[in-house]
Amino acid sequence: MSRRPSAAILSVAASALLLTACATGTGGSDTASEAEFDPEAEVAGALSVMGFGTNDEIAETRLDLAKEALPEVDISLVEGDLDIQQFLSAVATGEPPELIYANRDQLGTFASRGAIIPLDRCIEGEGISIGDFREPAIAQVTLEDQVYGIPEFNQVQVVMANAGLLEDAGVGLEELDGSNWDSLAAASAKLAKDDGGKLSVIGYDSKLPEFLPLWAKANGADLISANGRTAQLDDPKVVEALEFAVGIYEEQGGFSAVKSFRDSADFFGAGNQFASNSLGAMPMEQWYINILNDVSPDASLAFTPFKAKDGTPLSFASGSAWAIPSGSANPEAACRFIKTMTQTDTWMAAAKARADVRAEEGKPFTGLFTGNATADEQIRSEFVKPVDEAKWDDAINASYEANENSFSLPANPADAEFKTAWLDAVNRVLNGQAEPAESLQQAQQEAQQALDAAWEQWDQRE
Amino acid sequence: MSVLPLGRSRTDQELRPQQRRNRRRNLRAALLFISPWILGFLVFTLWPVLYSGYLSLTDYDVINDPNFIGLENYGQMLEDPKIRLALWNTFIYTVFSVPVHIIVSLLLAMLLNRVTGRASGFFRTVFYLPKMTPPVAIGILLLLLFNGQNGLVNGVLGWFGIPGPSWTTDPAWIQPGLIIMSLWTLGASTIILLAALQNVPQELYDSARVDGANSWQTTWRITLPMISGSLFFLTIVNTIAAFQTFTEAYTAYFGSGNSTYSNDAALFYAIYLFQQAFEFLHMGYASAMAWLLFVIVLVVTIIQMVVGRRMVYYEGDGNG
Repeated sequence: MSRRPSAAILSVAASALLLTACATGTGGSDTASEAEFDPEAEVAGALSVMGFGTNDEIAETRLDLAKEALPEVDISLVEGDLDIQQFLSAVATGEPPELIYANRDQLGTFASRGAIIPLDRCIEGEGISIGDFREPAIAQVTLEDQVYGIPEFNQVQVVMANAGLLEDAGVGLEELDGSNWDSLAAASAKLAKDDGGKLSVIGYDSKLPEFLPLWAKANGADLISANGRTAQLDDPKVVEALEFAVGIYEEQGGFSAVKSFRDSADFFGAGNQFASNSLGAMPMEQWYINILNDVSPDASLAFTPFKAKDGTPLSFASGSAWAIPSGSANPEAACRFIKTMTQTDTWMAAAKARADVRAEEGKPFTGLFTGNATADEQIRSEFVKPVDEAKWDDAINASYEANENSFSLPANPADAEFKTAWLDAVNRVLNGQAEPAESLQQAQQEAQQALDAAWEQWDQRE
Repeated sequence: MSVLPLGRSRTDQELRPQQRRNRRRNLRAALLFISPWILGFLVFTLWPVLYSGYLSLTDYDVINDPNFIGLENYGQMLEDPKIRLALWNTFIYTVFSVPVHIIVSLLLAMLLNRVTGRASGFFRTVFYLPKMTPPVAIGILLLLLFNGQNGLVNGVLGWFGIPGPSWTTDPAWIQPGLIIMSLWTLGASTIILLAALQNVPQELYDSARVDGANSWQTTWRITLPMISGSLFFLTIVNTIAAFQTFTEAYTAYFGSGNSTYSNDAALFYAIYLFQQAFEFLHMGYASAMAWLLFVIVLVVTIIQMVVGRRMVYYEGDGNG
């Protein structure tokens, strides 16, 4: 290559690097933080909502009420799950949506990057009754005492079982509620069956990796400290919980066999594991009760709350929340929208719409489980009626009991990395690549490193 | 366009003023016509590439301003065990998937080359059709076909009394499953090789047969050298694609629907890069990873070019 082209290329590269070095991000725009939140003020303009869709009567009813509360606001929905790339790119370019609907465990990361704003002024200004909300749900959206999201739905687990298989095996439902791990392991072994060396009935599915927090809590341990700064993945009680939950699979031929069998089932259809008599019991989120009621109402089912080792009901809460992006062009409308969507009256209207639809279909209304405890109570007392079949009553009662006894993992600025660390740790054990203690030790280091780096940035920011 | 005698090129000094004006006019017109592409290349390719080079020297979370940290990201990569794991997985996948892909494509192309008439078009379409499947669907298909309990693959193995492995959950069988599944998209390679096979002059085969060559000898001595250019091209592009493999493995083992269950054996470099960039928001680190991948691909491609120069025959090439 001659000297001139080389020099030209180097000049272009150097110029480009200089230009790129001069480029600046646009995150942290303070349009939203200057907003005045007042329940009496008239709000107008556009409100683009990302991540929320109206796919059922509950969403439609609430959206209609939100539109009534914001008559001068042009509301548009960007439906589908929140696309993180799309959202962050929009924030970075200074053109975010006015409002987002996200998983609660995403908000810590968004907040730490300045992608969403604290809602304290919104809560105070619009008079959102934050006391109505469940503490675990609020903990998931609170970073360093500042609330960054308003919880919406709540998901909790109950133990779902195949009553017919339990009867055949002589196993009682109370043996599967998690309060006695020896009984649970023995019951699982009794329920499990294989056919010519191939698993034909899963005795008990401990639902790893996703429910490690539930098993750890049942054993008296939290995966992370209450302030979200310290990982506790190598706590001996967490190790013990993982050993037990993995052991349940080992007794049935290993996780590979159980997962392959589990994946081959028609989870959302009439051929689900309970209807096909291929699963004894598992802890599962309460929304699956409605699926079972829809697709296999005649299946032989039994439900009970999951319990900690001390016998108290327990569930690991997760769910969605509303948040206002930094740079939102219409934070006042966004805040009013959030308030309307999550207030008790709105939930009541939505519950009525759902109850009416279920009644028309001749199906039981199993309740709504939200982040708003007051709404949950009122909905239960007003719309949830006893059902002819005891199993659905049991399901409803178990769900409400689980909802009342939930816990969550607190928000932190590295929640994606923290979650990946413990999920990977469990998967390594399930795949036979590591022992529980060793794997959780590795996860502890990865998680703590990520937490330290993220909190350091957060602390410097302040 | 004027034709020059062989062995002679014109310089501007040799051209008349009128010719030079014409040439400049032609150049301007040509540049004007290709300017949309040049503009697109500068804005959507060159600029992002250069910008990612700058970002690799920063701590950047997508939202806030990049913070210059020098070579820290590169230093951190040396200590990151997941980088080593992802590179190793990607290397193994590349080493096995590229030869398998090319050998099976070649065998299919040779079969197709024997089919004549209308059936030829039909089979070409049939073999190319799977290539049209979106990669995400291929990822989902992988989980269904290779399910250890009820998958089609193990079902077929069962007919022969072979107990199939847990392809999608056993770490030892994850990569073989992905490599076999990569054959789903070999339609394009097959068509390229078929075109190359059809360009081999029939006289060469006739002469060889007259000289008593058997099928193996004609394949080894005539077919393969004559299509070596296409084989070389496919080796290069499939190697690059294998280094960048992402969608199928991500969908099957890391995407939504499987968001909690992952497997280290399927952690390819591009997947880890994506996680760092868009899940952990470490865009600076991810940019450094992208540059490392670029260097690796560049080095491998240069090695392939050097080796290829000795082994590839180009028709009409005086050195061939």
